[in-house]
Amino acid sequence: MEYAFYLSGLVAVLATLGVISNTNPVHGVLYLVVSLLAVAMVFFALGAPFAGALEIIVYAGAIMVLFVFVVMMLNLGETAVAQERIWLQPRTWLGPSLLAGVLLLTLIDLLLRGDGGVLVQGDVLSAKQVGTILFGPWLLVVELSALLLLAALVTASHVGRLRHPGSDSKIGEDAP
Amino acid sequence: MSWITLGDWRPEWLTPTVMDIAVAMIQAVVILLVAVLVGAILTVVERRLLGWWQDRYGPNRVGPFGSLQVVADMIKIFFKEDWIPPFADRTLFVLAPAIAMASLLLSFMIIPITPGWGVADWNIGLLFFLAMGGINVYSVLLGGWASANKYALIGAMRSSAQTISYEVFMGLSLMGVVAMAGTFNLREIVNAQQGMWYIVPQFLGFCNFLIAGFAVVHRHPFDQPEAEQELADGYHVEYSSMKFGMFFIGEYVGMLLISALVVTLFFGGWHGPLLSPIVWFVLKTSVFLMLFILVRAALPRPRYDRVMTFGWIVCLPLTLINLLVTGAVILLVAPG
Repeated sequence: MEYAFYLSGLVAVLATLGVISNTNPVHGVLYLVVSLLAVAMVFFALGAPFAGALEIIVYAGAIMVLFVFVVMMLNLGETAVAQERIWLQPRTWLGPSLLAGVLLLTLIDLLLRGDGGVLVQGDVLSAKQVGTILFGPWLLVVELSALLLLAALVTASHVGRLRHPGSDSKIGEDAP
Repeated sequence: MSWITLGDWRPEWLTPTVMDIAVAMIQAVVILLVAVLVGAILTVVERRLLGWWQDRYGPNRVGPFGSLQVVADMIKIFFKEDWIPPFADRTLFVLAPAIAMASLLLSFMIIPITPGWGVADWNIGLLFFLAMGGINVYSVLLGGWASANKYALIGAMRSSAQTISYEVFMGLSLMGVVAMAGTFNLREIVNAQQGMWYIVPQFLGFCNFLIAGFAVVHRHPFDQPEAEQELADGYHVEYSSMKFGMFFIGEYVGMLLISALVVTLFFGGWHGPLLSPIVWFVLKTSVFLMLFILVRAALPRPRYDRVMTFGWIVCLPLTLINLLVTGAVILLVAPG
Protein backbone atom coordinates (compact mmCIF):
# COMPACT_ATOMS: atom_id res chain seq x y z
CA MET A 1 0.00 0.00 0.00
CA GLU A 2 3.04 2.25 -0.06
CA TYR A 3 2.26 3.73 -3.49
CA ALA A 4 -1.28 4.61 -2.29
CA PHE A 5 0.22 6.40 0.68
CA TYR A 6 2.60 8.49 -1.39
CA LEU A 7 0.07 9.16 -4.15
CA SER A 8 -2.65 10.38 -1.80
CA GLY A 9 -0.07 12.34 0.16
CA LEU A 10 0.93 14.09 -3.06
CA VAL A 11 -2.71 14.82 -3.88
CA ALA A 12 -3.20 16.24 -0.38
CA VAL A 13 -0.23 18.58 -0.79
CA LEU A 14 -1.26 19.72 -4.27
CA ALA A 15 -4.88 20.26 -3.23
CA THR A 16 -3.77 22.27 -0.22
CA LEU A 17 -1.63 24.42 -2.52
CA GLY A 18 -4.78 24.87 -4.59
CA VAL A 19 -6.66 26.09 -1.50
CA ILE A 20 -4.07 28.80 -0.94
CA SER A 21 -3.47 29.89 -4.51
CA ASN A 22 -7.07 29.82 -5.78
CA THR A 23 -8.74 33.20 -6.09
CA ASN A 24 -12.32 31.91 -6.15
CA PRO A 25 -13.48 31.22 -2.56
CA VAL A 26 -15.81 28.36 -3.47
CA HIS A 27 -13.13 26.65 -5.56
CA GLY A 28 -10.72 27.12 -2.67
CA VAL A 29 -13.09 25.42 -0.26
CA LEU A 30 -13.53 22.56 -2.72
CA TYR A 31 -9.79 22.08 -2.94
CA LEU A 32 -9.87 21.81 0.84
CA VAL A 33 -12.48 19.05 0.54
CA VAL A 34 -10.23 17.19 -1.90
CA SER A 35 -7.32 17.67 0.45
CA LEU A 36 -9.31 16.19 3.34
CA LEU A 37 -10.37 13.24 1.20
CA ALA A 38 -6.72 12.67 0.31
CA VAL A 39 -5.77 12.74 3.99
CA ALA A 40 -8.51 10.16 4.60
CA MET A 41 -6.88 8.04 1.89
CA VAL A 42 -3.56 8.38 3.73
CA PHE A 43 -5.28 6.97 6.82
CA PHE A 44 -6.64 4.06 4.77
CA ALA A 45 -3.19 3.37 3.35
CA LEU A 46 -1.70 3.40 6.85
CA GLY A 47 -4.18 0.75 7.98
CA ALA A 48 -6.50 2.99 10.00
CA PRO A 49 -9.78 2.72 8.06
CA PHE A 50 -11.80 3.87 11.07
CA ALA A 51 -9.91 7.15 11.31
CA GLY A 52 -10.15 7.55 7.54
CA ALA A 53 -13.92 7.09 7.49
CA LEU A 54 -14.35 9.51 10.38
CA GLU A 55 -12.14 12.03 8.58
CA ILE A 56 -14.52 11.95 5.62
CA ILE A 57 -17.71 12.01 7.72
CA VAL A 58 -16.67 14.72 10.15
CA TYR A 59 -14.42 17.00 8.10
CA ALA A 60 -15.31 16.51 4.44
CA GLY A 61 -18.96 15.72 5.19
CA ALA A 62 -20.02 17.97 8.04
CA ILE A 63 -17.55 20.78 8.67
CA MET A 64 -16.82 21.59 5.04
CA VAL A 65 -20.55 21.77 4.32
CA LEU A 66 -20.67 24.57 6.87
CA PHE A 67 -17.75 26.28 5.14
CA VAL A 68 -19.42 26.03 1.74
CA PHE A 69 -22.68 27.24 3.29
CA VAL A 70 -21.03 30.35 4.73
CA VAL A 71 -19.06 31.12 1.55
CA MET A 72 -22.24 30.79 -0.50
CA MET A 73 -24.20 32.94 1.92
CA LEU A 74 -21.62 35.76 1.75
CA ASN A 75 -22.27 35.82 -2.01
CA LEU A 76 -18.67 36.68 -2.90
CA GLY A 77 -18.48 37.71 -6.52
CA GLU A 78 -15.96 39.35 -8.83
CA THR A 79 -14.79 41.79 -6.15
CA ALA A 80 -13.68 38.95 -3.91
CA VAL A 81 -11.74 37.35 -6.77
CA ALA A 82 -10.02 40.67 -7.51
CA GLN A 83 -9.20 41.15 -3.84
CA GLU A 84 -7.77 37.65 -3.57
CA ARG A 85 -5.64 38.33 -6.63
CA ILE A 86 -4.17 41.40 -4.94
CA TRP A 87 -3.41 39.37 -1.84
CA LEU A 88 -1.58 36.75 -3.87
CA GLN A 89 1.26 39.07 -4.91
CA PRO A 90 4.81 37.91 -4.07
CA ARG A 91 5.16 40.72 -1.52
CA THR A 92 2.50 38.97 0.57
CA TRP A 93 3.45 35.33 0.31
CA LEU A 94 7.23 35.54 0.09
CA GLY A 95 7.90 35.94 3.82
CA PRO A 96 5.62 33.15 5.12
CA SER A 97 6.69 30.72 2.41
CA LEU A 98 10.35 31.40 3.16
CA LEU A 99 9.76 30.46 6.79
CA ALA A 100 7.68 27.44 5.77
CA GLY A 101 10.48 26.44 3.42
CA VAL A 102 12.93 26.36 6.33
CA LEU A 103 10.51 24.04 8.17
CA LEU A 104 10.23 21.84 5.09
CA LEU A 105 14.02 21.58 4.76
CA THR A 106 14.26 20.58 8.42
CA LEU A 107 11.57 17.94 7.90
CA ILE A 108 13.28 16.52 4.82
CA ASP A 109 16.61 16.48 6.64
CA LEU A 110 15.07 14.60 9.58
CA LEU A 111 13.38 12.12 7.27
CA LEU A 112 16.64 11.45 5.43
CA ARG A 113 18.54 10.83 8.66
CA GLY A 114 15.99 8.69 10.48
CA ASP A 115 14.80 5.33 9.20
CA GLY A 116 12.03 6.09 6.71
CA GLY A 117 10.64 2.58 7.11
CA VAL A 118 8.79 3.66 10.24
CA LEU A 119 6.50 5.73 8.01
CA VAL A 120 4.31 3.07 6.49
CA GLN A 121 3.96 0.46 9.18
CA GLY A 122 1.72 -0.38 12.09
CA ASP A 123 -1.25 -2.55 13.05
CA VAL A 124 -4.76 -2.16 11.71
CA LEU A 125 -6.67 -0.39 14.46
CA SER A 126 -10.33 -1.30 14.86
CA ALA A 127 -13.06 1.04 16.07
CA LYS A 128 -13.20 -0.88 19.34
CA GLN A 129 -9.50 -0.40 20.06
CA VAL A 130 -9.69 3.31 19.33
CA GLY A 131 -12.71 3.62 21.64
CA THR A 132 -11.08 1.62 24.43
CA ILE A 133 -7.94 3.73 24.29
CA LEU A 134 -9.87 7.01 24.17
CA PHE A 135 -12.15 6.14 27.07
CA GLY A 136 -9.49 4.29 29.04
CA PRO A 137 -6.15 6.01 29.65
CA TRP A 138 -7.16 9.18 27.72
CA LEU A 139 -10.56 9.74 29.38
CA LEU A 140 -9.48 13.03 30.95
CA VAL A 141 -8.45 14.48 27.58
CA VAL A 142 -11.78 13.44 26.03
CA GLU A 143 -13.69 15.04 28.92
CA LEU A 144 -11.63 18.21 28.64
CA SER A 145 -12.28 18.56 24.93
CA ALA A 146 -15.99 17.93 25.56
CA LEU A 147 -15.91 20.73 28.14
CA LEU A 148 -14.20 23.02 25.63
CA LEU A 149 -16.86 22.27 23.02
CA LEU A 150 -19.61 22.92 25.57
CA ALA A 151 -18.05 26.26 26.46
CA ALA A 152 -17.88 27.16 22.77
CA LEU A 153 -21.52 26.15 22.36
CA VAL A 154 -22.68 28.29 25.29
CA THR A 155 -20.63 31.25 24.01
CA ALA A 156 -21.97 30.90 20.49
CA SER A 157 -25.57 30.70 21.66
CA HIS A 158 -25.01 33.76 23.85
CA VAL A 159 -23.37 35.81 21.10
CA GLY A 160 -25.83 34.74 18.44
CA ARG A 161 -28.97 35.38 20.49
CA LEU A 162 -31.50 37.69 18.90
CA ARG A 163 -32.61 40.60 21.06
CA HIS A 164 -35.82 42.36 20.18
CA PRO A 165 -35.92 45.90 21.58
CA GLY A 166 -38.72 46.40 24.08
CA SER A 167 -39.42 42.71 24.59
CA ASP A 168 -37.75 39.89 26.43
CA SER A 169 -35.03 38.03 24.59
CA LYS A 170 -37.31 35.26 23.37
CA ILE A 171 -37.06 34.50 19.68
CA GLY A 172 -40.29 35.18 17.84
CA GLU A 173 -42.23 32.39 16.20
CA ASP A 174 -41.47 33.64 12.72
CA ALA A 175 -37.82 34.44 13.19
CA PRO A 176 -35.68 32.34 10.81
CA MET B 1 -19.75 -19.76 -2.63
CA SER B 2 -20.69 -22.70 -4.79
CA TRP B 3 -18.55 -23.35 -7.81
CA ILE B 4 -19.32 -24.34 -11.33
CA THR B 5 -17.10 -27.32 -12.06
CA LEU B 6 -15.12 -26.58 -15.12
CA GLY B 7 -13.66 -30.02 -15.80
CA ASP B 8 -10.13 -30.51 -17.07
CA TRP B 9 -9.99 -27.78 -19.68
CA ARG B 10 -9.40 -25.00 -17.17
CA PRO B 11 -6.52 -22.83 -18.43
CA GLU B 12 -3.39 -22.20 -16.39
CA TRP B 13 -4.15 -18.61 -15.44
CA LEU B 14 -7.64 -19.42 -14.18
CA THR B 15 -6.71 -19.99 -10.56
CA PRO B 16 -9.36 -19.87 -7.82
CA THR B 17 -8.14 -16.36 -6.91
CA VAL B 18 -8.74 -15.13 -10.45
CA MET B 19 -12.16 -16.79 -10.40
CA ASP B 20 -13.00 -15.08 -7.10
CA ILE B 21 -12.01 -11.71 -8.48
CA ALA B 22 -13.99 -12.27 -11.68
CA VAL B 23 -17.11 -13.33 -9.78
CA ALA B 24 -16.81 -10.32 -7.46
CA MET B 25 -16.44 -7.98 -10.43
CA ILE B 26 -19.42 -9.46 -12.24
CA GLN B 27 -21.49 -9.16 -9.06
CA ALA B 28 -20.46 -5.52 -8.69
CA VAL B 29 -21.41 -4.69 -12.28
CA VAL B 30 -24.75 -6.51 -11.97
CA ILE B 31 -25.60 -4.71 -8.73
CA LEU B 32 -24.66 -1.37 -10.30
CA LEU B 33 -26.80 -1.97 -13.40
CA VAL B 34 -29.77 -3.24 -11.39
CA ALA B 35 -29.58 -0.20 -9.09
CA VAL B 36 -29.60 2.23 -12.03
CA LEU B 37 -32.34 0.32 -13.86
CA VAL B 38 -34.57 0.10 -10.80
CA GLY B 39 -34.01 3.83 -10.28
CA ALA B 40 -35.15 4.53 -13.84
CA ILE B 41 -38.17 2.25 -13.62
CA LEU B 42 -39.16 3.74 -10.26
CA THR B 43 -39.76 7.14 -11.89
CA VAL B 44 -42.67 5.65 -13.82
CA VAL B 45 -43.84 3.36 -11.04
CA GLU B 46 -44.07 6.39 -8.79
CA ARG B 47 -46.17 8.35 -11.27
CA ARG B 48 -48.51 5.41 -11.79
CA LEU B 49 -48.92 4.83 -8.09
CA LEU B 50 -49.43 8.53 -7.34
CA GLY B 51 -52.08 8.58 -10.03
CA TRP B 52 -53.74 5.49 -8.58
CA TRP B 53 -53.82 6.91 -5.05
CA GLN B 54 -55.12 10.25 -6.29
CA ASP B 55 -57.92 8.65 -8.30
CA ARG B 56 -56.54 9.29 -11.80
CA TYR B 57 -54.71 7.19 -14.38
CA GLY B 58 -51.15 8.49 -14.48
CA PRO B 59 -49.05 7.79 -17.61
CA ASN B 60 -50.87 4.94 -19.38
CA ARG B 61 -50.43 5.69 -23.10
CA VAL B 62 -47.01 4.32 -24.08
CA GLY B 63 -47.07 0.56 -24.44
CA PRO B 64 -49.42 -1.81 -22.60
CA PHE B 65 -50.56 -0.16 -19.30
CA GLY B 66 -47.94 2.56 -19.79
CA SER B 67 -45.11 0.08 -19.27
CA LEU B 68 -42.93 1.61 -21.99
CA GLN B 69 -43.18 5.13 -20.54
CA VAL B 70 -39.70 4.73 -19.02
CA VAL B 71 -38.24 4.06 -22.49
CA ALA B 72 -39.95 7.15 -23.89
CA ASP B 73 -38.68 9.25 -20.99
CA MET B 74 -35.15 7.99 -21.45
CA ILE B 75 -35.16 8.68 -25.21
CA LYS B 76 -36.44 12.19 -24.53
CA ILE B 77 -33.88 12.89 -21.81
CA PHE B 78 -30.99 11.59 -23.94
CA PHE B 79 -31.85 13.64 -27.02
CA LYS B 80 -32.61 16.94 -25.35
CA GLU B 81 -30.14 19.77 -25.87
CA ASP B 82 -27.44 19.66 -23.21
CA TRP B 83 -27.28 23.33 -22.30
CA ILE B 84 -24.83 24.96 -19.92
CA PRO B 85 -25.79 28.53 -19.05
CA PRO B 86 -23.06 31.00 -20.14
CA PHE B 87 -23.06 32.61 -16.69
CA ALA B 88 -22.60 29.28 -14.88
CA ASP B 89 -19.38 27.99 -13.32
CA ARG B 90 -18.73 25.31 -15.95
CA THR B 91 -16.51 22.89 -14.01
CA LEU B 92 -18.71 22.72 -10.94
CA PHE B 93 -21.86 22.71 -13.05
CA VAL B 94 -20.69 19.50 -14.73
CA LEU B 95 -19.24 18.01 -11.55
CA ALA B 96 -22.41 18.35 -9.44
CA PRO B 97 -24.65 15.76 -11.17
CA ALA B 98 -21.73 13.31 -11.30
CA ILE B 99 -21.31 13.57 -7.53
CA ALA B 100 -25.06 13.14 -7.05
CA MET B 101 -25.13 9.86 -8.92
CA ALA B 102 -21.70 8.45 -8.05
CA SER B 103 -21.84 8.89 -4.28
CA LEU B 104 -25.17 7.09 -4.01
CA LEU B 105 -24.21 4.29 -6.40
CA LEU B 106 -20.94 3.73 -4.53
CA SER B 107 -22.91 3.22 -1.33
CA PHE B 108 -24.49 0.09 -2.81
CA MET B 109 -21.10 -1.58 -2.36
CA ILE B 110 -21.64 -2.16 1.32
CA ILE B 111 -25.13 -3.65 1.17
CA PRO B 112 -25.18 -7.43 1.60
CA ILE B 113 -28.05 -8.62 -0.59
CA THR B 114 -27.93 -12.38 0.02
CA PRO B 115 -25.39 -14.62 1.79
CA GLY B 116 -23.50 -14.91 -1.51
CA TRP B 117 -24.16 -11.51 -3.03
CA GLY B 118 -22.64 -8.20 -2.10
CA VAL B 119 -19.62 -6.23 -3.26
CA ALA B 120 -17.61 -5.11 -0.26
CA ASP B 121 -17.52 -6.84 3.12
CA TRP B 122 -15.91 -4.11 5.17
CA ASN B 123 -15.58 -3.55 8.88
CA ILE B 124 -16.35 0.14 8.33
CA GLY B 125 -19.37 -0.56 6.12
CA LEU B 126 -21.89 1.67 7.86
CA LEU B 127 -19.36 4.48 8.18
CA PHE B 128 -18.78 4.28 4.44
CA PHE B 129 -22.47 4.96 3.87
CA LEU B 130 -22.36 7.95 6.22
CA ALA B 131 -19.28 9.27 4.41
CA MET B 132 -20.93 8.92 1.00
CA GLY B 133 -24.07 10.58 2.37
CA GLY B 134 -21.88 13.48 3.48
CA ILE B 135 -20.26 13.75 0.03
CA ASN B 136 -23.65 13.57 -1.67
CA VAL B 137 -24.62 16.91 -0.09
CA TYR B 138 -22.05 18.68 -2.27
CA SER B 139 -23.96 17.79 -5.42
CA VAL B 140 -26.88 19.94 -4.30
CA LEU B 141 -24.68 22.72 -2.93
CA LEU B 142 -22.46 22.90 -6.01
CA GLY B 143 -25.32 22.48 -8.46
CA GLY B 144 -27.20 25.32 -6.82
CA TRP B 145 -24.20 27.59 -6.57
CA ALA B 146 -22.71 26.92 -10.00
CA SER B 147 -26.04 27.62 -11.73
CA ALA B 148 -25.78 31.30 -10.72
CA ASN B 149 -29.55 31.37 -10.47
CA LYS B 150 -31.45 32.82 -7.53
CA TYR B 151 -33.90 29.93 -7.22
CA ALA B 152 -31.09 27.41 -7.47
CA LEU B 153 -29.06 29.21 -4.82
CA ILE B 154 -32.02 29.37 -2.44
CA GLY B 155 -32.50 25.65 -2.97
CA ALA B 156 -28.84 24.98 -2.21
CA MET B 157 -29.00 27.14 0.92
CA ARG B 158 -32.04 25.28 2.18
CA SER B 159 -30.30 22.02 1.46
CA SER B 160 -27.24 22.91 3.50
CA ALA B 161 -29.37 24.20 6.37
CA GLN B 162 -31.29 20.94 6.29
CA THR B 163 -28.13 18.86 6.06
CA ILE B 164 -26.69 20.37 9.20
CA SER B 165 -29.87 19.46 11.06
CA TYR B 166 -30.30 15.87 9.91
CA GLU B 167 -26.74 14.57 9.61
CA VAL B 168 -26.15 14.58 13.36
CA PHE B 169 -29.18 12.53 14.30
CA MET B 170 -28.84 10.24 11.29
CA GLY B 171 -25.45 9.05 12.50
CA LEU B 172 -26.65 8.78 16.09
CA SER B 173 -29.81 6.87 15.17
CA LEU B 174 -27.67 4.11 13.64
CA MET B 175 -25.39 3.80 16.65
CA GLY B 176 -28.02 1.84 18.59
CA VAL B 177 -27.86 -0.89 15.94
CA VAL B 178 -24.07 -0.74 15.93
CA ALA B 179 -23.98 -1.06 19.71
CA MET B 180 -26.30 -4.09 19.66
CA ALA B 181 -24.49 -5.89 16.85
CA GLY B 182 -21.07 -4.77 18.08
CA THR B 183 -19.85 -4.02 14.55
CA PHE B 184 -20.10 -1.60 11.64
CA ASN B 185 -20.00 -4.55 9.23
CA LEU B 186 -23.42 -4.80 7.56
CA ARG B 187 -23.12 -8.54 6.87
CA GLU B 188 -22.49 -9.20 10.54
CA ILE B 189 -25.34 -6.85 11.47
CA VAL B 190 -27.70 -8.90 9.28
CA ASN B 191 -26.45 -12.16 10.80
CA ALA B 192 -26.95 -10.75 14.30
CA GLN B 193 -30.65 -10.32 13.51
CA GLN B 194 -31.37 -14.02 13.04
CA GLY B 195 -33.16 -14.26 16.38
CA MET B 196 -34.97 -10.93 16.33
CA TRP B 197 -35.10 -8.09 13.84
CA TYR B 198 -33.68 -4.86 15.19
CA ILE B 199 -36.93 -3.03 14.48
CA VAL B 200 -38.20 -4.35 17.85
CA PRO B 201 -35.44 -3.17 20.22
CA GLN B 202 -34.44 -0.22 18.03
CA PHE B 203 -37.84 1.19 17.13
CA LEU B 204 -36.84 4.78 17.98
CA GLY B 205 -33.63 4.40 15.99
CA PHE B 206 -35.64 3.08 13.05
CA CYS B 207 -38.07 6.02 13.12
CA ASN B 208 -35.26 8.55 13.26
CA PHE B 209 -33.22 6.85 10.56
CA LEU B 210 -36.24 6.72 8.26
CA ILE B 211 -36.85 10.46 8.77
CA ALA B 212 -33.17 11.20 8.14
CA GLY B 213 -33.24 8.89 5.11
CA PHE B 214 -36.06 10.91 3.58
CA ALA B 215 -33.97 14.02 4.15
CA VAL B 216 -30.81 12.49 2.63
CA VAL B 217 -32.46 11.89 -0.72
CA HIS B 218 -34.55 15.11 -0.58
CA ARG B 219 -37.76 13.20 -0.85
CA HIS B 220 -41.09 14.61 0.16
CA PRO B 221 -41.71 15.95 2.84
CA PHE B 222 -38.04 17.04 3.01
CA ASP B 223 -37.79 18.27 -0.58
CA GLN B 224 -37.50 21.95 0.35
CA PRO B 225 -34.30 22.25 -1.78
CA GLU B 226 -36.32 21.54 -4.91
CA ALA B 227 -39.83 22.60 -3.84
CA GLU B 228 -41.28 22.96 -7.32
CA GLN B 229 -44.18 25.19 -6.28
CA GLU B 230 -41.99 27.85 -4.67
CA LEU B 231 -38.56 27.40 -6.24
CA ALA B 232 -39.39 25.97 -9.67
CA ASP B 233 -37.25 22.86 -8.96
CA GLY B 234 -34.65 24.63 -6.83
CA TYR B 235 -31.06 23.55 -7.22
CA HIS B 236 -31.40 21.82 -10.60
CA VAL B 237 -33.54 24.47 -12.31
CA GLU B 238 -30.77 25.28 -14.83
CA TYR B 239 -30.01 21.66 -15.70
CA SER B 240 -31.23 19.93 -18.83
CA SER B 241 -30.80 16.65 -20.66
CA MET B 242 -28.67 13.92 -19.06
CA LYS B 243 -27.28 16.23 -16.39
CA PHE B 244 -30.82 16.71 -15.12
CA GLY B 245 -31.31 13.00 -15.65
CA MET B 246 -28.44 12.26 -13.25
CA PHE B 247 -30.08 14.32 -10.49
CA PHE B 248 -33.45 12.81 -11.29
CA ILE B 249 -32.41 9.16 -11.42
CA GLY B 250 -30.00 9.82 -8.55
CA GLU B 251 -32.96 10.66 -6.33
CA TYR B 252 -34.59 7.31 -7.07
CA VAL B 253 -31.31 5.45 -6.67
CA GLY B 254 -31.11 7.16 -3.28
CA MET B 255 -34.60 5.91 -2.41
CA LEU B 256 -33.53 2.39 -3.31
CA LEU B 257 -30.37 2.75 -1.24
CA ILE B 258 -32.18 4.00 1.86
CA SER B 259 -34.83 1.27 1.52
CA ALA B 260 -32.16 -1.41 1.18
CA LEU B 261 -30.29 0.01 4.18
CA VAL B 262 -33.42 0.11 6.34
CA VAL B 263 -34.06 -3.53 5.43
CA THR B 264 -30.46 -4.47 6.18
CA LEU B 265 -30.24 -2.62 9.48
CA PHE B 266 -33.69 -3.05 11.00
CA PHE B 267 -35.58 -5.77 9.14
CA GLY B 268 -33.13 -8.65 9.11
CA GLY B 269 -31.85 -8.26 5.54
CA TRP B 270 -32.34 -11.49 3.62
CA HIS B 271 -33.62 -13.48 6.62
CA GLY B 272 -37.14 -14.88 6.45
CA PRO B 273 -38.99 -18.20 6.37
CA LEU B 274 -39.80 -20.36 3.31
CA LEU B 275 -38.78 -18.04 0.47
CA SER B 276 -35.24 -17.73 -0.80
CA PRO B 277 -33.03 -14.89 0.53
CA ILE B 278 -33.12 -12.77 -2.62
CA VAL B 279 -36.94 -12.86 -2.71
CA TRP B 280 -37.13 -11.72 0.90
CA PHE B 281 -34.67 -8.91 0.27
CA VAL B 282 -36.52 -7.67 -2.81
CA LEU B 283 -39.90 -7.92 -1.08
CA LYS B 284 -38.81 -6.01 2.00
CA THR B 285 -37.06 -3.34 -0.07
CA SER B 286 -40.15 -2.90 -2.25
CA VAL B 287 -42.28 -2.26 0.83
CA PHE B 288 -40.09 0.69 1.77
CA LEU B 289 -40.00 1.99 -1.79
CA MET B 290 -43.81 2.00 -1.68
CA LEU B 291 -43.64 3.83 1.65
CA PHE B 292 -41.45 6.53 0.08
CA ILE B 293 -44.03 7.04 -2.68
CA LEU B 294 -47.03 6.84 -0.34
CA VAL B 295 -45.54 9.51 1.90
CA ARG B 296 -45.17 11.79 -1.10
CA ALA B 297 -48.82 11.23 -1.98
CA ALA B 298 -50.04 11.73 1.57
CA LEU B 299 -48.10 14.47 3.37
CA PRO B 300 -47.85 18.23 2.80
CA ARG B 301 -44.47 19.95 2.78
CA PRO B 302 -43.50 21.76 6.02
CA ARG B 303 -41.62 25.05 6.07
CA TYR B 304 -37.87 24.46 6.09
CA ASP B 305 -37.18 26.25 9.38
CA ARG B 306 -39.80 23.97 10.95
CA VAL B 307 -37.89 20.99 9.56
CA MET B 308 -34.72 22.26 11.21
CA THR B 309 -36.49 22.87 14.53
CA PHE B 310 -38.01 19.38 14.35
CA GLY B 311 -34.60 17.86 13.71
CA TRP B 312 -32.86 19.55 16.60
CA ILE B 313 -35.63 19.60 19.21
CA VAL B 314 -37.41 16.29 18.59
CA CYS B 315 -35.19 13.89 16.67
CA LEU B 316 -31.80 14.61 18.23
CA PRO B 317 -32.94 14.17 21.87
CA LEU B 318 -34.89 11.03 20.88
CA THR B 319 -31.81 9.45 19.30
CA LEU B 320 -29.70 10.36 22.32
CA ILE B 321 -32.25 8.80 24.68
CA ASN B 322 -32.41 5.73 22.44
CA LEU B 323 -28.62 5.39 22.50
CA LEU B 324 -28.50 5.85 26.28
CA VAL B 325 -31.18 3.22 26.93
CA THR B 326 -29.61 0.80 24.43
CA GLY B 327 -26.24 1.16 26.13
CA ALA B 328 -27.76 0.64 29.56
CA VAL B 329 -29.68 -2.48 28.45
CA ILE B 330 -26.58 -3.94 26.78
CA LEU B 331 -24.57 -3.40 29.97
CA LEU B 332 -27.35 -4.96 32.09
CA VAL B 333 -27.84 -8.03 29.92
CA ALA B 334 -24.20 -8.75 29.07
CA PRO B 335 -21.79 -6.88 31.33
CA GLY B 336 -18.16 -6.64 30.24
